[in-house]
Amino acid sequence: MNTEKNIKTLIVKKPLKLDCGKTIKDFPIAYETYGLLNSKKDNAILVFHALTGDQFVTGINPVTNKEGWWSYAVGPDKAIDTNKYFVICSNVIGGCMGSYGPSHKDRDQKIFGTNFPVITINDMVNAQYNLLDHFGIDKLFSITGGSMGGMQVLQFISNFPDKSKTVVPIATTSSHSAQNIAFNELGRQAITADSNWKDGNYTSNDTNPGKGLAVARMAAHITYLSKKGLQEKFGRKLQEREDLKFGFDADFQIESYLRYQGSVFVDRFDANSYLYITRAMDYFDLAKQFNGNLSEAFKNINAKFFIISFTSDWLYPTQENKDIVIALNSIGADVGFVEIESDKGHDSFLLDVPDFLSALKNFLDKSYEEN
Amino acid sequence: MKNEFQVIADLIKKDKKVLDVGCADGTLMKFLKDNKNINIRGLEISKEKVQECIAKGLTVIEGNAEKDLKQFPDKSFDYVILSQTLQAFLNPELVLNELLRVGKKAIVTIPNFGYWKVRFHLLLKGTMPVTKTLPDEWYNTPNLHMCTIKDFFHFVKSKDIKIFKSLALNNLNSSIINESNLGVKNLFADLGIFLIEK
Repeated sequence: MNTEKNIKTLIVKKPLKLDCGKTIKDFPIAYETYGLLNSKKDNAILVFHALTGDQFVTGINPVTNKEGWWSYAVGPDKAIDTNKYFVICSNVIGGCMGSYGPSHKDRDQKIFGTNFPVITINDMVNAQYNLLDHFGIDKLFSITGGSMGGMQVLQFISNFPDKSKTVVPIATTSSHSAQNIAFNELGRQAITADSNWKDGNYTSNDTNPGKGLAVARMAAHITYLSKKGLQEKFGRKLQEREDLKFGFDADFQIESYLRYQGSVFVDRFDANSYLYITRAMDYFDLAKQFNGNLSEAFKNINAKFFIISFTSDWLYPTQENKDIVIALNSIGADVGFVEIESDKGHDSFLLDVPDFLSALKNFLDKSYEEN
Repeated sequence: MKNEFQVIADLIKKDKKVLDVGCADGTLMKFLKDNKNINIRGLEISKEKVQECIAKGLTVIEGNAEKDLKQFPDKSFDYVILSQTLQAFLNPELVLNELLRVGKKAIVTIPNFGYWKVRFHLLLKGTMPVTKTLPDEWYNTPNLHMCTIKDFFHFVKSKDIKIFKSLALNNLNSSIINESNLGVKNLFADLGIFLIEK
């Protein structure tokens, strides 16, 4: 975790007042870019990552040595074509891939742990806005992201209405539902119940709440898939055995799969970051920032919106995405919407779902041609 | 592009904001956008057709006119187009009212069940009419509320809807419909095109 090598960092000098009231300054934002910024600087796409993502969108992630989280969608000739566009992605503040977060040290050289300020989606996008100045980009061509990335997309365009020509929130919501909060709370409780968590000071105690974090990941992972997808992939298939063992080993493939997902996650993710980022998601309620009127969040925006949902996504279901479409239509905004047929659940936006990828590509390329 | 679309396009002034309800693959939308500088949106129920629209660079919302028109504010479009689908709704009157609420004007086209070929088909063959504009069999047609040009003409009048222009279309020929020629047009046109307002 957090190997300094291969991580590009921007130190933000400007103070940033957080929603919690605290102000941070001279803090790092870790980012990565793909493709080339053209001379007119009008081909930049800012990608926002989801809960467990990072700035390494595509290709091999140099820290984990695994494929980037959005490799299906981003790359040469792909939906977000890096031959054409300059893609920027940064690790959210509160994260654990180089941006300012709970594993960083405070002024007294003590690791923050839970003394790190609670951050919000609003804080995340305000921090990332500094990347535009850094690259000298006056207006982005597009902003996009799925899940929590989509929340950042919505918050970003609301905060900076004239800073992107197109806006593509995917499989997201404008307000975290009670069910969303419930699942996040389950994950946080799993982490804090691990005796190795030590009130968040596990690093100085030389421990790691890996078991709790793995359980959090396992529970969350189920919410990213659909019942049908799980049934088709695993059913009741047994894991490398002929019959049930009458014990509590992983008899079923699905158990083994979840355990594996949990264990690999622990190697790359910080438990406190998981607490902070899920909290930011739970606090997200864009309409509330505008006295309950979501349309107000999008006033004075000239950008072209394209919203995408998936049929089997029960975490951020179509209706929640449609609510954003409705809010935009009610103020006459330019908004397109499509619900993609897929049985891969919420994770559909990360996977090889051809209808999704072609819709995304067509929307971006056609909008870019009209530029 | 089919003649119906050309006639519809001729009814629409340049530089306006238009919603095409049931826009299908976006052929008419694309024409209006490219040739009349129309700020065009589409509403379409079929996922495949929505994808075709996106591939043409058109702004389209996947949705159902009976449920999804209500999200648009009053008079938020200069024109709302509904081509040959009014008869397929469960409640055509409700949809028509929504079109007239959302649009300053609405352009509605209807396949004419009073067309002589339709009448003859039923009269002579005694089976449900199948024609170029009504290509489906009785058991698989999406049409629930077929009407004639005369029916629609009387209907809009009775609802105090203003008819700006009504056209009868037969193959390549379009002609004006009025009270005095209604009977003839109802016999010889296979499609009626109405520009209306409320």
